[in-house]
Amino acid sequence: MSDSRHVVLVGLGTCGISVGAEQVFLSLEKEVARLNLGDSIQIKRAGCQGFCQQEPIVVVEPEGLFYTKVSPDDATEVIQSILDKGRPLERLFYRDPANDSPIPFYRDIPFYKKQEHNILKNCGKIDPENIEDYLAVGGYKALQRALFEMTPDEVIFEIKRSGIRGLGGAGFPTGIKWEACRNASGDERYVICNADEGDPGAFQDRSVLEGNPHSVLEGMIIAAYAIDASRCIIYVRAEYPLAVKRLKIAIEQARHSGFIGRNIFGSDFSVDMEIFQGAGAFVCGESTALVRSIEGKRGRPKPLPRARTSEIGLWNKPTLLNNVKTFANIPLIIFHGAGWFASKGTDQSKGTAVFSLTGKVVNCGLIEVPMGITLRKIIYDIGGGVPRDKAFKAVQTGGPSGGCLPESMLDMTVDFDSLKKAGSIMGSGGMVVMDEDTCMVDVARYFLDFNQRESCGQCIPCRLGTRQMFQILDDITKGKGRVGDIEFLLELSGAIRKSSICGLGKTVPNPVLTTIRYFRDEYEAHISEKRCPAGVCKL
Amino acid sequence: MEEIVLEEILASYRGERAELVPILQEVQDSLGYLPEKVMLDIARFIGVPESHVYSVASFYAQFRLLPLGKKRVTICRGTACHIRGAPQILNEIEEIIGIKEGETTLDLEYTLESVACFGCCALAPCIRINRSVYGELNLEKVKELILTLNEEEEDVR
Repeated sequence: MSDSRHVVLVGLGTCGISVGAEQVFLSLEKEVARLNLGDSIQIKRAGCQGFCQQEPIVVVEPEGLFYTKVSPDDATEVIQSILDKGRPLERLFYRDPANDSPIPFYRDIPFYKKQEHNILKNCGKIDPENIEDYLAVGGYKALQRALFEMTPDEVIFEIKRSGIRGLGGAGFPTGIKWEACRNASGDERYVICNADEGDPGAFQDRSVLEGNPHSVLEGMIIAAYAIDASRCIIYVRAEYPLAVKRLKIAIEQARHSGFIGRNIFGSDFSVDMEIFQGAGAFVCGESTALVRSIEGKRGRPKPLPRARTSEIGLWNKPTLLNNVKTFANIPLIIFHGAGWFASKGTDQSKGTAVFSLTGKVVNCGLIEVPMGITLRKIIYDIGGGVPRDKAFKAVQTGGPSGGCLPESMLDMTVDFDSLKKAGSIMGSGGMVVMDEDTCMVDVARYFLDFNQRESCGQCIPCRLGTRQMFQILDDITKGKGRVGDIEFLLELSGAIRKSSICGLGKTVPNPVLTTIRYFRDEYEAHISEKRCPAGVCKL
Repeated sequence: MEEIVLEEILASYRGERAELVPILQEVQDSLGYLPEKVMLDIARFIGVPESHVYSVASFYAQFRLLPLGKKRVTICRGTACHIRGAPQILNEIEEIIGIKEGETTLDLEYTLESVACFGCCALAPCIRINRSVYGELNLEKVKELILTLNEEEEDVR
């Protein structure tokens, strides 16, 4: 074993670092230096391995050994185990919660086995701060192909043919957006990556940016070529300092290697790339609000109906705005072809979906699954079910604009249209599992509290409507609910939905509507019996 | 002191309206908050009414108009944290430090605030103290964390 070169990967995403992965990394490096093993063992910084709950995670390649909850004191033994032929460190193995048996290799762990990694394939395997690592796995080859083998129209055609859809509430087809932007009149165009992941309970964009920033840059540069843009901006929230740092390094390296700047690969195509840090406003995930905040204004959406941002966007120029994961998919589509992408998923929802699986579930973490998988498979096969033998109650998807789905819907497939029909949305991909100890009225109150704080205040239905709804929900959770409150909430929801001026306002009632639709009995118990079935509210 | 910091920061900007948010971010990074006088100077620098600078500074959650304590304790209000007990953790910390969310102690030792989500949901509930995130907390762990912080004399920032 010791004659071949080993790579020891340490997951250094925000999650890993918060539980001491940086110290593990340093201590492994020190140990290798002490034993003078630098030639045969490489300690490598990697992004998130996805299984956040088991952090700090150390993976030994080429074997694929998976060590969990590693401490700096384990470094000596980890290195020793690589030197000792075939004697891995069993005490750090992941243990199957079902029978406590140790599982040495990550490929055998149920959490990973049932997933399908495309966007996340190289997250956790390559060093996000080293462009050479990205190049070694075929990075920037798709850009090269687009520039030299395809016209911009062919790139757009390929994206359209792949069937990829956007991750805003509506699931708008990405290729059609690109085409509209290219065809819009304007002497200048912009590409913006929306990395303002403001949904509470979602961290997949952060993980992709921290783990494989170049994949997002490559997707953006290809988009710029396709729509004839000269400037790209990554709008990333300031709460993600590590993502910002790694993006800065990635941009610098890509510029140095000639993938950003003038005459890329010696072609006629030139593009620049910069970072804009969002200052903390959920509403800035809405395209016109995001654009206004880059212009130095308050992030207030333009009222509907309005021109699309792809036609009139930043500085009133056509602007292409896509999510992090959408851009991360682009190099894969160009490299493997639209047919490859379209072969995954369902008829109307192609490819894979990335979710942050959290809450009351055994295996928390970042997952990637084919569209069309059922909620049950995600929560039970990958997530390992609800911990401590508690009963499953609901799963919340789509963040504050999404909804809570009950057990009876667990066999529903996860795709854009099914989620919408059920009253939720795909959105950016938060998925929070709730058990019998979670009060659904409290959850609705929680989201309305969030939504009223984040309302931009511009239009009355959203500004005052969310406040009214919050007040009613707050009363109900405090035992001051009145008969008729449920009907009043429904009426208010309808009014806010109809009369708010932007996409955020139109979706703020969703958490209330879905909890009433599926958990009305809990509302009634609070109001009529002054009782909280989950025992959360102090009535 | 404020004037010198501001002058240094503004030197790298052109004085355009679109630079407002990045300027405010950089100033706050250096000073910890946005003093009134500084906002007035920024307004003149980029050529907008003072009210515009205030309207932007007061719109975004990141900006603070009051000085920050040395130990900045931030509670995550995310969904995963919420259902795993963040409200109780907030209560506990409020009790230990003796201030409410959004407040700073008079001696500028502590600031207690909350944020929509750090994105460390798998480690919920979590809090951040200055730049470090602490996850998988419960009431005992939080108590110990805050109390040992109390004993440290130096600014942990």
